[in-house]
Amino acid sequence: MNKNRNAKYMSMLSLHSVWCVIFIVVPLLFVLYYTFTDEQGHLTMGNFLYLGTPEILKCFGISIAYALAATVVCLLLAYPLAMVIANIPAKNRSLATLLVMLPMWVSFIIRTYTLKNLFNDNGIINQLLEAFVGLLKNIPAFSSMDFTPIRFIGTSGLIILGMVYDFFPYMVMPIVNVLTGIDPRLHEAAYDLGCTPWTGFLRVTLPLSRSGIVSGITMVFVPAVSTFYISSTLSGGLVSLVGDKIEAAFLTEGNFNRGSALSFVLMILILLSLFVMNRFGDKESEELAP
Amino acid sequence: MEKTVLIELRGISKAFDGHKVLQGIDLNIYDSEFITLLGPSGCGKTTTLRIIAGFETPDEGSVLFEGADMANVPPYKRNVNTVFQRYALFPHLNVYDNIAFGLKLKKVPKDEIANRVQEMLELTSLKGFEQRQIATLSGGQQQRVAIARALINQPKILLLDEPLGALDLKLRKDMQVELKRIQKLTGITFIYVTHDQEEALSMSDRVVVMSNGIIQQIGTPEDIYNEPCNAFVADFIGESNILDGVMVKDYVARFAGQTFTCVDAGFEPNEPVDIVIRPEDVDVVPANSSKLTGTVTQVTFKGDYYEIIVDVCGFKWMLETSDYVAPEETIGLKIDPDAIQVMHKSEYSGMFGDYSAFSDEGDEMLDPALGGIPQEEESGDE
Amino acid sequence: MKKLGRFYAGLMYLLLYAPILVMVLYSFNAKKSTSTLSFSYGAEKYTFGHWYREVFASGGALIPLRNSLILALLTAFISMVMGTLAAYALYKLRLKYVKRVITSVTNIPMMNPDIVTGLSMMLLFATTFYVMGAGGTGFATLLIAHVTFCLPYVILSIMPRLRQMDKNLPEAAMDLGCTPIQSFFMVQLPFLAPAVLSGFVMAFTLSLDDYVVSLFTSGPSFETLPIYVYNMARRSVPPSIYAISTLFLVLVLGLLILSNTMQSRLEKKISSHSERTQKNQ
Repeated sequence: MNKNRNAKYMSMLSLHSVWCVIFIVVPLLFVLYYTFTDEQGHLTMGNFLYLGTPEILKCFGISIAYALAATVVCLLLAYPLAMVIANIPAKNRSLATLLVMLPMWVSFIIRTYTLKNLFNDNGIINQLLEAFVGLLKNIPAFSSMDFTPIRFIGTSGLIILGMVYDFFPYMVMPIVNVLTGIDPRLHEAAYDLGCTPWTGFLRVTLPLSRSGIVSGITMVFVPAVSTFYISSTLSGGLVSLVGDKIEAAFLTEGNFNRGSALSFVLMILILLSLFVMNRFGDKESEELAP
Repeated sequence: MEKTVLIELRGISKAFDGHKVLQGIDLNIYDSEFITLLGPSGCGKTTTLRIIAGFETPDEGSVLFEGADMANVPPYKRNVNTVFQRYALFPHLNVYDNIAFGLKLKKVPKDEIANRVQEMLELTSLKGFEQRQIATLSGGQQQRVAIARALINQPKILLLDEPLGALDLKLRKDMQVELKRIQKLTGITFIYVTHDQEEALSMSDRVVVMSNGIIQQIGTPEDIYNEPCNAFVADFIGESNILDGVMVKDYVARFAGQTFTCVDAGFEPNEPVDIVIRPEDVDVVPANSSKLTGTVTQVTFKGDYYEIIVDVCGFKWMLETSDYVAPEETIGLKIDPDAIQVMHKSEYSGMFGDYSAFSDEGDEMLDPALGGIPQEEESGDE
Repeated sequence: MKKLGRFYAGLMYLLLYAPILVMVLYSFNAKKSTSTLSFSYGAEKYTFGHWYREVFASGGALIPLRNSLILALLTAFISMVMGTLAAYALYKLRLKYVKRVITSVTNIPMMNPDIVTGLSMMLLFATTFYVMGAGGTGFATLLIAHVTFCLPYVILSIMPRLRQMDKNLPEAAMDLGCTPIQSFFMVQLPFLAPAVLSGFVMAFTLSLDDYVVSLFTSGPSFETLPIYVYNMARRSVPPSIYAISTLFLVLVLGLLILSNTMQSRLEKKISSHSERTQKNQ
């Protein structure tokens, strides 16, 4: 009976399994193949020599640093917002979360490009500043003032801001989901047992929302560390991250081997960080298990 | 009792992942009877029910419906309907459509469906609820819908898997009466699974007591209560004092250091036996007028009687008496011959029957019924 | 404390929507370039609403938009059907290790950066076309790629609902005379419907918004809106792109509001109905 049953469900899964093998496993094997061969198809470790050059090492360093910074900023900004949203009565909460998600319906490229519009040398912010300075000039004391546009483009701050803005909803949503799932009586119990609002937050709310934080961090860090559009747009092409290098290797230089090697290392890096993050998540579920 | 056999279970065995759940179940179920499978969690009662319904196939043995082997008949072709533990009502359909579900599948004409649904609504006192969504119903109402949904198909047999388990005590009592009424009215065979002995005794024509995948005893509620066949049954059904004893000869038993006349015969001379004495069958008499005396250690007021624990030479007895006795008082115990039930020794001997560690709280904590719905006898679905 | 929270939330929403506001403003720009914002319609030949008229007149962005919608619909539909089937079978399967392996492999595109998913498929397609000596990337390769990265999300949205399903539900259906297939379509699928639908919407959204995977797997024969915009953005995004995005956002907003009000109306209807029946008792 059990065997029959399993055979039935295995056959239901056959199409899916074949699909996954052909379109997920095989392509990754191709990446592996190109990573360890040169352009003539000979086995080589030469691609790793390229990866070891200071330029590429620096590029990995910057990518990780930017992505980490963006993830931390996202978390710090998103957590309080998630708490506010989670405390809204259920009826209006769906509207609040909808409003967080809505910007995602505007193409990622346009969202990033509007940031450029805002922060360009002659962008909206500089235009507003210029107008403000112009007004000030009417006052005699400031009449000698001169306006020079502030240069945002190319600064690491703007690139990190771009990442934060583009991936912010991915951080808010999982945390809201976890926070709304926490039994409100737990807070009451915490106060009852002598917690102040602050210690109650530290000892009850924060530990219980760890799984949401973990998935939020993953959902922001992975796209941020591998992005290739944000950096090139918001730096005017000056800063290039790993994603930009990979894109260039594949789509402009046509060097599949170097591109594969880059993405191979990126993948290992992300897998490692996911593994570490999941260990945190697991630890929590173990603690919660009866 | 001359009755037609409806279902025959012959040598049913079943194991899940190497764990034996049923071991050689033989059982005849008769037409129009209310039969209850009673036992603690994990005793195999739900598995037996699921085998009859066709959700599980036995590893060994066969199920016969009116003489025909059911081995290759899938559940949807069996003339059997089930009321599930948590009702399993279809949440996307309203009350009417839930009840009409089976008939719609059989392509019964619309107006006939409407008539029969009305009948069922009347039978289960659900009139006026036709358009209600399932989620808006109380537990008791959902229970009624589940019964109506099953009965409308006019099955030969209705299987009920702990149907009252999720209801509170008051509602449970009402539904017990209701179920019995419906069974009498329709004449359909009910096979009822429960771990609640009181429920089993008050509703059933016959009770099947199960433990560890084996049938321990089959009989009318009176038989099971008055003449339990081993220590397990005696302990599971009601309160019992179970003592080690020796059957000196026919009609003479020796236990608690004394010799008593009893009504049992047919044992080997001097055969070691288990003796069961129900708490309510012992009379409390002055200490000097009885050969069995003990010290009262605990008295609990129970409303219409007192429950007392008496230490008789180190063995704690539970007695029920309508007269107050004070703790530390020494009393005599009077036991009539027909209050003594003699049982052969079994694997359960010595496991039950002493009240030395007894307290009401402890008992409740051990009772799975009060710890939420028992997740017993998982078919390994997860 | 509460006021502070509200203030903070308001501020965050403001920041979240500032770029969206910029997009809307630029869709009415009086200049052809989006490097500066200007509303002096008299100075240039572009009048108010010019870019909206251009969207419909030239059709430049309309074809990519249509392509995107077709692709997203098909992707959503295929991954919904495949994902429902796979989730159901995975849920029912008793072979622990097989289950775990299939689930992990399915989830790879969700864990992997999009760029790696995209380029790995590009390698597969390029090699296949090279070996075959014919063919090129286009609609088919895009569809395959999109279904592949949408599948794990669909399965992810259906799994919890499957776990919620009373295990006796399919049995109850069979008990009342359903064959296993009837039980799936008449009882289990209606129960799963909300999750299946949200899986569909999720796949639709993901497909519509994707440009990373698309960049590697699309060809000149079939350009989606994000790719079209991406190619434009290499130079400068014309205001007509902002116009089309604004229109799209308004459309989505309208649909969301509509579905929300319909839902709450439905809920009201049900609750008022149950109140009435209770009064009749």
